[in-house]
Amino acid sequence: MGGVFDAIVNIFGSGTMYESAVRLGAFLAFAALGELVAEKAGTINISVEGSLLAGAFTGTVAYHYTGSTGLALLAGIAGGLVISWIQANMSHRLTADQFVVGLTANVLVAGIAGYFNGILDPVAKRAAFVQIPVLSSIPLIGPALFGQTWPTYLLYPLIPLTWWLLFRTRWGLEVRSVGENPQAADVSGIDVNKRRRQSIYYGGILAGLGGAFLVVGQVGSFDTGAVGGRGFIAIAAVYFGGWTLTGTLLGSLVFGFADAFRLALPVLGYSVNAQFLAAFPYVLTLLVMVAITKQMRQPAALSQPFIRGLR
Amino acid sequence: MTDMDPTVLEVETAPEYVEANRWRRLGEMIVLYVLSIGGAVAISGLLVAITGNSWIQMFKALLDGAFLAPGRWGDTLVIAAPMLLVALGMVVGVKAGFFNIGQEGQLLMGALAMAWVGTKLAGPGPLLLVLGLAMAFAAGGGYAGLAAIMRFRRGVPEVISTLLLVFIALQIVGYAVTTDWLLRDLDATGPSRAISSAALGEDTRLPVIRIFGNEFNIGILIGVILALIVAFALTRTVWGFRIRLLGHNPNVAQKIGVSATRTGSLALFLSGGFAGLAGAVMLTGGSSGFRLTTGFSQNIGWQGLLVALLAASRPLVAMPMAVLFAALRTGSGFLAATGVDRKIVDVVQALLLLALLVPPAIQFIRDRKKARARAAREA
Repeated sequence: MGGVFDAIVNIFGSGTMYESAVRLGAFLAFAALGELVAEKAGTINISVEGSLLAGAFTGTVAYHYTGSTGLALLAGIAGGLVISWIQANMSHRLTADQFVVGLTANVLVAGIAGYFNGILDPVAKRAAFVQIPVLSSIPLIGPALFGQTWPTYLLYPLIPLTWWLLFRTRWGLEVRSVGENPQAADVSGIDVNKRRRQSIYYGGILAGLGGAFLVVGQVGSFDTGAVGGRGFIAIAAVYFGGWTLTGTLLGSLVFGFADAFRLALPVLGYSVNAQFLAAFPYVLTLLVMVAITKQMRQPAALSQPFIRGLR
Repeated sequence: MTDMDPTVLEVETAPEYVEANRWRRLGEMIVLYVLSIGGAVAISGLLVAITGNSWIQMFKALLDGAFLAPGRWGDTLVIAAPMLLVALGMVVGVKAGFFNIGQEGQLLMGALAMAWVGTKLAGPGPLLLVLGLAMAFAAGGGYAGLAAIMRFRRGVPEVISTLLLVFIALQIVGYAVTTDWLLRDLDATGPSRAISSAALGEDTRLPVIRIFGNEFNIGILIGVILALIVAFALTRTVWGFRIRLLGHNPNVAQKIGVSATRTGSLALFLSGGFAGLAGAVMLTGGSSGFRLTTGFSQNIGWQGLLVALLAASRPLVAMPMAVLFAALRTGSGFLAATGVDRKIVDVVQALLLLALLVPPAIQFIRDRKKARARAAREA
């Protein structure tokens, strides 16, 4: 056990750990920010997994044909948006169950991405690292936060933007109200399902961007298992944060650290059981949710469909 | 709504009105289903066509591979059996209002239990087989039970916990089959010894039926019998009523005295148990050469889950749907000759699912619009 303790001390003293934690956490944060908005409006949007994969795939294809990182990110947004459009309209216009739709959407993306990946075999490259002057020379956290690939920096303006949308606009107030008490919102003239659909679109845009970021900002290549259930960890990050913005970001960072920790152990020469390492982020996520979910107050109408006149 | 004219209700329930409406509804439903399924098939065909292949060839190859070529429908039934079992578990869960989506992991835990009983315990084969199937049910159920505990004690939604447990189960199996004192095959001459358990003995395997040049194990019979039992239990017993009540309206269930914790935990346990049983049926039915390996589950858990969704949680409808999905899988084995990537069947499956979600939803919305218009007219 002493070995494990030493390992933890050593790893948290190394700069690379923070860099990879931020990189892995940023990917989760893109998805989690959008998921937060969707959940505030009352949807547990499990198609976030599908949106991430769709964004990653369309982003890769766009990069393959244009060679432009910017276009890859835009294509990622489009891919994520398409999936969220299916989710939103099937579950909040046609009243199909949101989990059934989400799961189906995930299967659809996996199928389409797998099929066309085999045919097109698109290739992508990681974008350039950009050191932000002054800020990136802060020890430990400087390179981690300000010495990343440039698509990473797209996350930073999205944080205040999401905060402003949710908490400082009429739209955000309506989104939060349909997640808390859809009946009351309906009576006061808010189109409940429209707001829910829009919140899911927002989630799809961010998840699509996150998926494209995964390819052009983090890994540099596409693989059908690239997302591998991390959309669900993004959902867990929202729970971790108790449906607050800072908490959600913190959750993304914690799970990013878990992932980075897993990757750092073998590199630093510690031999830990491979299966345990692979399971570690998921075990941690579950333990955190067990410890924390009950203390948090979730949106009162979370995962409950709204149909006027029915309760 | 409250000041609605009572005569409106009388008109709606008048026998001649209901009778005329029923046939029209049925007609509309058929048209909607034909349109949406046709749409799904057309999109699949289009996807194949734009990549320069013949979609007629594709559907023909699928049909050959699934049923028409010699010995193929037996293979289809072998794969349909675990899918059906997984789907039955899903049905029980959904009826109680719980969305367990971790069947892939529960199936692995079931297979793990069966492998342990079959290779580590000594005893007469048939006894081990029965014991192993029971243990597999308990293992799968217990694994889903973890999610139930987290849900009812700590408020963790089962949609997320069951899913995260899948990734953990994959690693547990990986650990078990690569560790000597657990399940790893100790016979150094065995195939892929490093990552698999020993093979089950001849007499701990499921009996095989051979007819018309096809052979399949009795897994499908187990599935069909259990489907009938589940269908009966859900609709004709107090126990089934409790489960459905909890799923329909938790508030009413609570007032009547149906405990969400007890009934819900039971439903989740059963839902995982069926998945665990499916894993044992796969193992004793010859999947991966009667050995537990790292890639053992082969997505059967996910596919069984989709079968349940496709069947809209009706246990009897799940039977043909399981055969349909199994057919797409065995059929895809024949696609290589046509030049179409076999992953196309994943797309076909997802599109079919989406297509089947649309008609009931459209019908529901139309009914409500009509009712509202009628109420407005009468008022």
